Amino acid sequence: MYSQKVMDHFTNPRNVGEIENPSGVGEVGNPACGDIMRISLLVEDNIIKDVKFMTFGCGAAIATSSMVTEMVKGKSIEEALEITNKAVAEALDGLPPIKMHCSNLAADALHKAIKDYRVKKASQ
Amino acid sequence: MRRIYLDHSATTPVRPEVAEIMLEYLTEKYGNPSSVYSFGREAREGLEKARGQTASLINARPGEIIFTSGGTESDNMAIIGAANKYADKGKHIITSAVEHHAVLNTCEYLEKKGFKVTVLPVDEHGIVRTDDLRRALTPETILITIMHANNEVGSIQSLEEIGALAREKGVLFHTDAVQSLGKIPVDVKKMNIDLLTGSAHKLYGPKGAGFLYVRKGTKLAPLVFGGGQEKKYRAGTENIPGIVGLGKAMELAGQEMATEMPRLEKLRDRLINGLQERIPHVKLNGHPVLRVPTNVNLSFEFVEGESLLLSLDMKGIAASSGSACTSGSLDPSHVLLAMGLCHEIAHGSVRMTLGHSNTEEDIQHVLDEFPPIVERLRHMSPLYRRQRKECAECIRKK
Repeated sequence: MYSQKVMDHFTNPRNVGEIENPSGVGEVGNPACGDIMRISLLVEDNIIKDVKFMTFGCGAAIATSSMVTEMVKGKSIEEALEITNKAVAEALDGLPPIKMHCSNLAADALHKAIKDYRVKKASQ
Repeated sequence: MRRIYLDHSATTPVRPEVAEIMLEYLTEKYGNPSSVYSFGREAREGLEKARGQTASLINARPGEIIFTSGGTESDNMAIIGAANKYADKGKHIITSAVEHHAVLNTCEYLEKKGFKVTVLPVDEHGIVRTDDLRRALTPETILITIMHANNEVGSIQSLEEIGALAREKGVLFHTDAVQSLGKIPVDVKKMNIDLLTGSAHKLYGPKGAGFLYVRKGTKLAPLVFGGGQEKKYRAGTENIPGIVGLGKAMELAGQEMATEMPRLEKLRDRLINGLQERIPHVKLNGHPVLRVPTNVNLSFEFVEGESLLLSLDMKGIAASSGSACTSGSLDPSHVLLAMGLCHEIAHGSVRMTLGHSNTEEDIQHVLDEFPPIVERLRHMSPLYRRQRKECAECIRKK
C-alpha cells in the first residue's frame, strides 16, 4: 500500500531528533488521532541550517516527517513556507487516500515551527 | 527470510486433510445434493456427514445446523431473522460494545428499522457484567446477542450465566462463537444457547463456509428465498466442497483441542511474559485468565501500531493492530475504547494470534526481533521523550 519512497523514509528516517536551543519548534496532531509530529529548526541568516523531527504515528506520518526535513534543509524561510502537505506527499510518490488527511501533517508542523521562530525573533 | 504467521484470528491456512476432502467433492462428487441420482446422493451424504461433524463440536443435533457462507451471514441471519420473526412480541435487542461489526452493524441497521438496541458496556478486561444484562432486560426484549470469545482481545464472556438468564426470562440468546470454536469447549445445551454462529476459515477450514446453529423449536424469518435448501432458511445450491471442508475442520478441531490448546497456551504466555520482560511500558489488553489460549494483545506505549506492524513485517512477522491506521477509520479499535483504554494506548496495540504452525522457535524469534523495533520507534517518538522527561522531573523533585 505504501510506495518504495515511503518505505525508504520509514525504514531509514532522515534527521531524527531534536535540535538543542532551536530557533523554532512546531508540533501538530494529538495522541487521540494517533499522530504527533514535532519539528525543530535552526535558522541562521534566514536560512534553515538544520532541522530535526520526532514523530509518533504510522508509517506515513514518519515518512512525511522525514521527507519534509530533507526538502527544507538549506532553504530560505520564504521557500520553506511554500512547501505544502500535498508537495510532501508527492515527493514520496503519493500516499494512500486515507492517509492524505490524517497522517500528512509534516508541512503544517514545519510552518508552525517557522511561526514560532518568527515570534521569538520579533520579541528579541 | 523466515516468515512467522501470527494472525490466526484473521484467518488460517486450510489443513491438508481438509483440502483433500474438498478436492474430492470439487472434482468427483460434484453432484447437486437435491438430485435423486447417485451423483446427487453422494453429495447429499457429504453434506449430512458435515452436519453431524459440526453438531458434535457444540453438542447440538445435526438437524439444528444451517450451513451459510460464513460468520457474517450467520450473524445477519440470526439477528435479522429473529427480529423479523418476533417483532410483534417486542422490539428490543441487547448486545455488547465489543461485538464484531457483523453484529454491531446489523443491530444498527435494525435500529434504523425501528428496533431499540441496548449496547451493554464491558469492564476493563472486555467482559460484560451479567448484572448489567439483567438490568437491561425488559418485557419488550426479544433477543440477546453477545459473543463468546472476543476477536481482538480474546476475552471470554460468561455464556453460561447469560444463557441461564436468557432462558429464565424467555428471551432468545444468540452468540457469535467464531473465535472460540475449537479453542475452548462450547456446549449449546449447557449454555442455553438458541442461536450460534460459526465459521470454517478460523479453524483451518475454507473461506466462504460457516453455519448457524438454530435450536430445535426456535424460528427465524429467512433472509434468502429460492429453492428451499437448508430447511428454507438459506436457499441456493449448497456449497458442498466448502461444507465438507467445514465439517472436517470441525472434527479435527474437536479431536485436537485437548492437546493443541494447552500447547498454544504455553506459547501464548511465553510470548506475553517474554515481551513484558524485555520491553518496558507494555500493557496486556484483555482478561489475564478468561482468555482464549491463542490470543496475545499488547499495547506498546508511546508508539503507534501500524508502524510496529510494518516493522514486524520487514522481519517476516505477520500481526495485526487496533490502531486507527489499520482499521480504515480515524478511530482506534472500538473494543479497546470500550474497555476504557485511552486513544494513545489503543493506537499502540498489537494483536498476535497463535495457531497450529507456530512453534517454540517462532516465539523465540519474535522475542528476539521485537525489542529493537520498539526501541527504534520510541527513539523517534515525542511522547516517549516527554514521558522520560517527566519521570526525570519526578526524580528531581524527590
